[in-house]
Amino acid sequence: MSAVIQNLVNQPYKHGFVSDIESDTVAKGLNEDVIRLISAKKGEPEWLLEFRLNAYRHWLTMQEPTWPNVKYPKIDFQDISYFSAPRPKKLASMDEVDPELLRTFEKLGVPMHERKTLAGVAVDVIFDSVSVATTYKKKLAEVGVIFCSFSEAVRDHPELVKKYLGSVVPTGDNFYAALNSAVFTDGSFCYIPRGVRCPMDLSTYFRINTEQSGQFERTLIIAEEGAYVSYLEGCTAPKFDTNQLHAAVVELVALDDAEIKYSTVQNWYAGDENGKGGIYNFVTKRGLCKGTNSKISWTQVETGSAITWKYPSCVLLGDNSVGEFYSVALTNHHQQADTGTKMIHIGRNTRSKIISKGISAGVSNNSYRGLVKVGARAEGARNFSQCDSMLIGDRCGANTFPYIQVNNNSAKVEHEASTSKIGEDQLFYFASRGIGNEEAVSMIINGFVQDVFVQLPMEFAVEATKLLGLKLEGSVG
Amino acid sequence: MIRENASVLLEVRGLSARIADHNILKGIDLTVRAAEVHAIMGPNGSGKSTLAKVLSGHPSYEVTGGEVLFEGRNLLELAPEERARAGLFLGFQYPIEVPGVTNSAFLRLAYNTVQGTRGKEELDPLEFDDLVRGKMKMLDIDPSFLGRSLNAGFSGGEKKRNEILQMALLEPKLAVLDETDSGLDIDALRVVANGINKLHTSDNGIVLVTHYQRMLNYIVPDYVHVMEGGRIIRTGDKSLALELEARGYDWVTKEAA
Repeated sequence: MSAVIQNLVNQPYKHGFVSDIESDTVAKGLNEDVIRLISAKKGEPEWLLEFRLNAYRHWLTMQEPTWPNVKYPKIDFQDISYFSAPRPKKLASMDEVDPELLRTFEKLGVPMHERKTLAGVAVDVIFDSVSVATTYKKKLAEVGVIFCSFSEAVRDHPELVKKYLGSVVPTGDNFYAALNSAVFTDGSFCYIPRGVRCPMDLSTYFRINTEQSGQFERTLIIAEEGAYVSYLEGCTAPKFDTNQLHAAVVELVALDDAEIKYSTVQNWYAGDENGKGGIYNFVTKRGLCKGTNSKISWTQVETGSAITWKYPSCVLLGDNSVGEFYSVALTNHHQQADTGTKMIHIGRNTRSKIISKGISAGVSNNSYRGLVKVGARAEGARNFSQCDSMLIGDRCGANTFPYIQVNNNSAKVEHEASTSKIGEDQLFYFASRGIGNEEAVSMIINGFVQDVFVQLPMEFAVEATKLLGLKLEGSVG
Repeated sequence: MIRENASVLLEVRGLSARIADHNILKGIDLTVRAAEVHAIMGPNGSGKSTLAKVLSGHPSYEVTGGEVLFEGRNLLELAPEERARAGLFLGFQYPIEVPGVTNSAFLRLAYNTVQGTRGKEELDPLEFDDLVRGKMKMLDIDPSFLGRSLNAGFSGGEKKRNEILQMALLEPKLAVLDETDSGLDIDALRVVANGINKLHTSDNGIVLVTHYQRMLNYIVPDYVHVMEGGRIIRTGDKSLALELEARGYDWVTKEAA
């Protein structure tokens, strides 16, 4: 049966096709001229070029972080192309989209055609580095919601972008955030005005298509006083033998009484069963609960990428603000994940909750790394953390690195952790009740991730459940 | 109870098995007929629990010789889940904890899988709830069991009761109960033993693997087998269990040598 367990996640990757689309790709390498070229291609204002150049100059002084519990050969940042866009770049309507591109998204099940969209989800699609389509724009505009590609936001709403860009993740925050700030090419922008509850879930699909390009997108979401938005993000990529770098930055800002719910189902290509190829997912995501009673909630289901390095965090600045982090990270074969969160309590009576579920199979390595920091002025701060690991088979690893720093003695911080294993004994227990291995694994895993999946919007939860099933089925029995 | 012309449920002939390089079972012969209760006793390491696991198909053990017929079918050819569906039940000495999976969901899946293969209709959650609550009442089990995670955080007694509840739902032809009495206080032992008695009919057989005689005060065996070194070295009736209680195992071992 152990051979059976080892086979657990051997389902082939279904999004591994490459679309034959002509793309406009900048030669490999990175220097100030490349940054100027990207900025010029996008027709950006001078302040944004300055933002990029500042970030680049800062980046040059920084070192790649080596503290994550992951191993990979040193990345040659001069061997990456920093801009790749499908042609034609300017699209007046959906009809102008390359039919091959539309077929790509049909294969992915992305609802791009508005008339086809049943679920009522507004979608922004980022293909390689460029946003190709944003749907439901008009309907959203009626209530004042701005949902568009980052490039459009720079063009049409420069004052908002200028005010908030880099306000949560400064250009020099960390190595990859600095790199992203220098070379980001597009992304999603979302603004919910005061008192507006966004009438539908907003969704972005990211797709890397070109072998030698990196993807550096930038997402900025602002919820004004009393606003609410639920935002979904999905990611896929083709199979290549080489590794592609994905270094995104996501910034969220919630003002007084505002709430942002950000959900991710990440299914980047993970590499083959021998660990060849796959995406390096080095992402900085951070939300600022700027206003009192504001709330930011991260939910992530991480199933892809060769390496995941990601810590969606909350800075709880406003009094009574709330940060939440719900995570399922699945690793198999040679995948490595070092993921978790940071909850920074600054305001009074701030509360945070962390529920992390790591599942490791194959010879993969899955680490939770989290920081709960309570500042001196954070009277009455509270945190509850629960970090559970599940091992499938006996060749994988799970680690938990919780860091707790408390500078206010009225704070209450709780941490719970557990490790369990799907091994022969558990499967035998189910079998002795007539339940076959596959059903047993599915039941155990679904039970394990339930606390997190209930946080996902309905359609996304269905997708995520299917995805986990896909990754785990065919493996046992 | 021993019945005339009762059908043979289990026929074990010359069964040998090992784990890794250790030979544990060295030629077991055992016949269990419908309505019978067999007790298998013996000191630690004699192979009692191994026999229970091998019969159920635990993957860590390798059968190296002999045969096992279950209602005439070659049991050793069947996967563990097929053995369960065929009507063999193993009560675990250490039931496995599965956090996050509710007891009710697990019990329903087990019920629908096993009873489904016997031609019974699958039950939806509401129908199943009625059924399981009835069984729980009969076995004197608290209804709060249903909403809890499968065995997670259960006391030793609660786990064993949960095993008996599973037995009640799956209605096996033959139940092999591996040290169901271990870790139970007197009250819990009585509840569990009463439950087993209620489930015992003239159509099914029970094999109790136990260290101690005390369980046999409640469940009276028709046969008592003493295991030692991977063999059954003596078989008697219930008086043998009492004698073992009084004199220990040494004398049996010596007489058998």
